[in-house]
Amino acid sequence: MAAAVASKPMTFGEGGSAFAFIVLAFLCTIITAKAYTPEYAFHASLFAIGSAAAAFAIFNRYFDRPVEPVPLVIDGKPNYNMGPVKFATVASMFWGIAGFTVGIYAALELAFPALNFDLPWLSFGRIRPLHTSAVIFAFGGNVLIATSFYVVQRTCRARLVGDIAPWFVVLGYNFFILIAGTGYLLGITQSKEYAEPEWYADLWLTVVWVAYFLVFLGTIMRRKEPHIYVANWFYLAFILTIAVLHLVNNAAIPVSVFSPKSYIVWAGVQDAMVQWWYGHNAVGFFLTAGFLAIMYYFIPKRADRPVYSYRLSIIHFWSLIFLYIWAGPHHLHYTALPDWAQTLGMTFSIILWMPSWGGMINGLMTLSGAWDKLRTDPVLRMMVVSVAFYGMATFEGPLMSIKAVNSLSHYTDWTVGHVHSGALGWVGYVSFGAIYCLVPWLWNRQLYSLKLVNWHFWISTIGIVLYITAMWVSGILQGLMWRAYTSLGFLEYSFIETVEAMHPFYVIRAMGGILFLIGALLMVWNLWQTVNAGEPEPALAPKLVPAE
Amino acid sequence: MSFWQRHAIFEKNSIALVIGVLIVIAIGGLVEIAPLFYLKSTIEKVEGVRPYTPLELAGRNIYVREGCYNCHSQMIRALRDEVERYGHYSLAAESLYDRPFQWGSKRTGPDLARIGGKYSDEWHRDHLREPKSVVPGTVMPAYPWLAATDLDFDHIEDDLKVNAALGVPYTSAMIASAKADVKTQASPDPDAADLMKRYPKALARDFDGNAARITEADALIAYLQSLGTLVDFNLYDDKANIR
Repeated sequence: MAAAVASKPMTFGEGGSAFAFIVLAFLCTIITAKAYTPEYAFHASLFAIGSAAAAFAIFNRYFDRPVEPVPLVIDGKPNYNMGPVKFATVASMFWGIAGFTVGIYAALELAFPALNFDLPWLSFGRIRPLHTSAVIFAFGGNVLIATSFYVVQRTCRARLVGDIAPWFVVLGYNFFILIAGTGYLLGITQSKEYAEPEWYADLWLTVVWVAYFLVFLGTIMRRKEPHIYVANWFYLAFILTIAVLHLVNNAAIPVSVFSPKSYIVWAGVQDAMVQWWYGHNAVGFFLTAGFLAIMYYFIPKRADRPVYSYRLSIIHFWSLIFLYIWAGPHHLHYTALPDWAQTLGMTFSIILWMPSWGGMINGLMTLSGAWDKLRTDPVLRMMVVSVAFYGMATFEGPLMSIKAVNSLSHYTDWTVGHVHSGALGWVGYVSFGAIYCLVPWLWNRQLYSLKLVNWHFWISTIGIVLYITAMWVSGILQGLMWRAYTSLGFLEYSFIETVEAMHPFYVIRAMGGILFLIGALLMVWNLWQTVNAGEPEPALAPKLVPAE
Repeated sequence: MSFWQRHAIFEKNSIALVIGVLIVIAIGGLVEIAPLFYLKSTIEKVEGVRPYTPLELAGRNIYVREGCYNCHSQMIRALRDEVERYGHYSLAAESLYDRPFQWGSKRTGPDLARIGGKYSDEWHRDHLREPKSVVPGTVMPAYPWLAATDLDFDHIEDDLKVNAALGVPYTSAMIASAKADVKTQASPDPDAADLMKRYPKALARDFDGNAARITEADALIAYLQSLGTLVDFNLYDDKANIR
């Protein structure tokens, strides 16, 4: 070993991170032994095992690697680092299927409550956050990491910064998902919507996220292009803003380092405002800005057309990130939040309609001169329909933020339907489209079957339509029933009557979800065949031909 | 130099882009959040709001653990039908000590902001064990393990200490007697005079109907029975708090 060290110096990154992981493994072993609850001991032991495995992997890699560092350029071409991108792509499909399945289970629990089986870890209150986190943070997060690491390298013509760091981001993020998800099932939660993970998972995510930011920014700084491409602005805004939101909303003091329980620094009305400032911008920056970046790279690439308007993209970018931040209070209309804050939230939510549609127009009009491809290319069709769903959801959102409308829609399934037209239609479809592009590019194969993509598109579209129409009907129906009066001036319905009226729509909603899952399973099969049995990309692909 | 050319500074300099983004996203949050901490009108002045008793706090933590906020709000909006269905609209002061707040965003089940005192302990006991036994059409899951699990309050004084550090007015006497207060409040015939002095309007009795043990159901029912009962709305003057 001494000889190996003499001829092959360990880098600072290797030595430092291995040391940090060994210390962490040691600390987590102590915490495992002294934990207040068995659930927390289980998590601490996962941290200890994970850290030890990471340290081992770093040493193993050091002994196997050549002396010279990985070249940044080979034969004048950037030597892209696609390993972490491939991992995150596979992880996104894995978590996607898991998240959709859990969502269907949660939907079925509402239709048929016997499915809770009187078991703590299967009860709806624990399953529903598992579903939301699995689809938003596990599926969506891995799509964002995979595409951002791909796009930033291609558009900067530079290899990702860092040797271990990109792998740390990808693996560390998925470890966070594991801790968060198992935590909910075991009853470890802050019960702050979309920010459920407890303090130690939040701390871990902070470290991972800082590494993500540094890798991304460092790669931009290494770029060979004079300009930073528009997709990277959106990725950067997403990474930065999520960091700010995460830190402020999760500020908490743990009861003890040996306890999973913590208390949030904010309380009552201030906590409510901070939470929905976070919550709405998890939508605005995680599920919108990040996925708009995907739109700005993958649609022009797939359609073989430049982005419609460069100036529109500048206006779109700054106005979107400025306005979104204000929209949070529309989740708190008519509550104990002061009226001035509610009014501000409503006003900015309505204004937000404009940049949202500006972005939609920029995405759709990118197809100018290539509209015929919608007929022949179901992948492009999926992405274009996703932008159409984006337009629909960003019209519905401002509508629902109007106080008079919100007084009806709030607390009902209408909100759930609205979220899903954005989540299934926009985030889901633009992600599927991007992954259908990415897998053939990454593995250098032709997509196994466009016909299957077509089936995926139609089956899941029917699923989405069933889902959102069922939720419109159930939400508006329940909202109207709650406020219905008899001719004598009494409330017409007891609460339980409004619950019983929901049953048929809950069944239809679950069926919509099942169709969406079937579509995604077809996709997994298609991608599996692409990687394992697909034809290699022809060496001399026909080069660009001018249109018309 | 046109506006579009000036924009090149953000496209060519990544640090300028980072700083620009941070400034632009900071404005809305600062304007909406910061004033809530200094505008006196944000939280009404009312009589009666007090920190949770240790047993109620433990019950609240079970409410949090089970994710009840997924289906139940604790925020009655100032709308006619809600006030008639659930009671006086919620005041900001009523969640003064709620960390985290549990206003919720969805009512698959009814609002719970004023559930305290609406039903008997027996009803809650049956409802948690088997919701269909008291509400046949319900879709709520059953929580039979609550009445079967002993409440873990070994470290309850640490919970009070952290809350005190965050500004909840728990005195050192309250922290010192936290464990004893849990036992007193959940015992079948308590001598609760001291507890009442520390926590006015606290309800002390055997909530889960099992005198031999202090279970999670004791804590959760104690919490539910306290919800919305602290402010006396016969005395509350809403004109005094016009904002």
